[in-house]
Amino acid sequence: MGIIGHIGRYFLLLRETFSRPERAGIFWRRTVEEMDLLGVQSLGIVALLSAFMGAVITIQTKTNIDSPLIQSWVVGFATRQSVILEFSPTVISLILAGKVGSNIAAEIGSMRVKEQIDALDIMGVNSANYLILPKLAATTMINPFLVMISMFLGIFGGWLAGVQSGVISSDDFVMGIQTGFKPFHVTYAIIKTVVFAFIITTVSAYQGYYTRGGTREVGISSTRAVVYSNVVILLANLVLTRVLLL
Amino acid sequence: MIEVVGLGKRFGDTQVLTGIDAVFRKGRVNQIIGRSGSGKSVFAKCMVGLYKPEEGKVLFEGKSFHDMDADEKRQVRQRIGMLFQGSALFDSLTVLENVIFPLRMFGAMPKSEMEDRARECLKLVRIQEKDDLFPAQISGGMQKRVGIARAIVLEPQYLFCDEPNSGLDPQTAIVIDDLIKELTESLNTTTVVITHDMNSVMETGEHILFIHQGRKWWEGDREALLNTDNKELIEFVFAGSLMRQVKEAMSRRS
Repeated sequence: MGIIGHIGRYFLLLRETFSRPERAGIFWRRTVEEMDLLGVQSLGIVALLSAFMGAVITIQTKTNIDSPLIQSWVVGFATRQSVILEFSPTVISLILAGKVGSNIAAEIGSMRVKEQIDALDIMGVNSANYLILPKLAATTMINPFLVMISMFLGIFGGWLAGVQSGVISSDDFVMGIQTGFKPFHVTYAIIKTVVFAFIITTVSAYQGYYTRGGTREVGISSTRAVVYSNVVILLANLVLTRVLLL
Repeated sequence: MIEVVGLGKRFGDTQVLTGIDAVFRKGRVNQIIGRSGSGKSVFAKCMVGLYKPEEGKVLFEGKSFHDMDADEKRQVRQRIGMLFQGSALFDSLTVLENVIFPLRMFGAMPKSEMEDRARECLKLVRIQEKDDLFPAQISGGMQKRVGIARAIVLEPQYLFCDEPNSGLDPQTAIVIDDLIKELTESLNTTTVVITHDMNSVMETGEHILFIHQGRKWWEGDREALLNTDNKELIEFVFAGSLMRQVKEAMSRRS
């Protein structure tokens, strides 16, 4: 199947996914379970990465702009901008594409090769809606929270590393993160996160849903889910930045 | 009753099924037999709507399934129970939860009644004591029984069984065959069993359809099967030594 065929089939799958759930109670219960599995259980890796990346951004910024012409609060400013505009929404989403995307593709792919999706279809259950919509609702709701936590920990990690290593004083760093702050940048980051969550979930679910074969093919689908999600996120990142910031 | 009229299915350039006509009546075990790769599973999947045939129709009580709108299809599917070759139980649900699943999705009864109904079905397939275990914790034969319990929990009008005996020891296979026969009689379902197990055919087959090279090659009952002069069917049926001995015994008697 060519790329146009895949795109067409992807949108047909989305149409099936966005129908009314058979049972609202079951849908919400599954959504909460998925929020835990796909969101809450990603909190550890998100927190760890954010704190360390924030620390590295601060130290690297300081070593690269170590000039008497540039005021030291710029380090805090650069850390804030890097974390809010790019690191938290985009890099964290790329990492979640690896963790969450492979999980979704492997789960749905395994269900496909074990005929469990056929079983749902024969029962009269809309399998795409039953399997994908709760995951989509969960990731689009929980990922913005993960990214906000990432923003906080990234900046906090930068402050801690900067102050502890003596590259910047606490006052300068705090002044930097307050200078020229635009609340819209946080909105922009949240919009990007929601779009990226949509991409991760639907691209990965598509790869899993149309898996054919056995366990080897499930592995291939998981890998494709991560690779294609990352590519689409990067393209979407460029488009959203162009549309929202310029 | 299920009627199949001129069914044809292609995958790319490969014609898998050609012009199959058949009638499956209710209250009896209809069996579709044939070699591996003959197209019998594709035929069954066309009947239950998992594959859309390029030619022909599948009529449920006179209405063409593939011409129905999505809601009508869903209603028909809720009246279909299917036992899959690999059981297709949901790994993350217990035995009881697997059987309750169709009731949760489509039933309109309180939770306690759902549990009672699911336990009743598990009792019917004689596996009620395993209800809190996960599918991975029970044997293949037990998984098949749970699959049957899940298939009948909504009291289906149509029961499809894809290779119900595959991977089972002969004794368990007989238990499964007996169960399918009992349930067909007690629930008065239109039962369609896809198999290449001749023991199962001789045990339960009341109406037998032989698929060869994607075409309906022969149709009849057990008696006619043993006395057939159809070359391909003879090769298929009497391939095993047990069936050859049956044939020889019959010839000696006659």
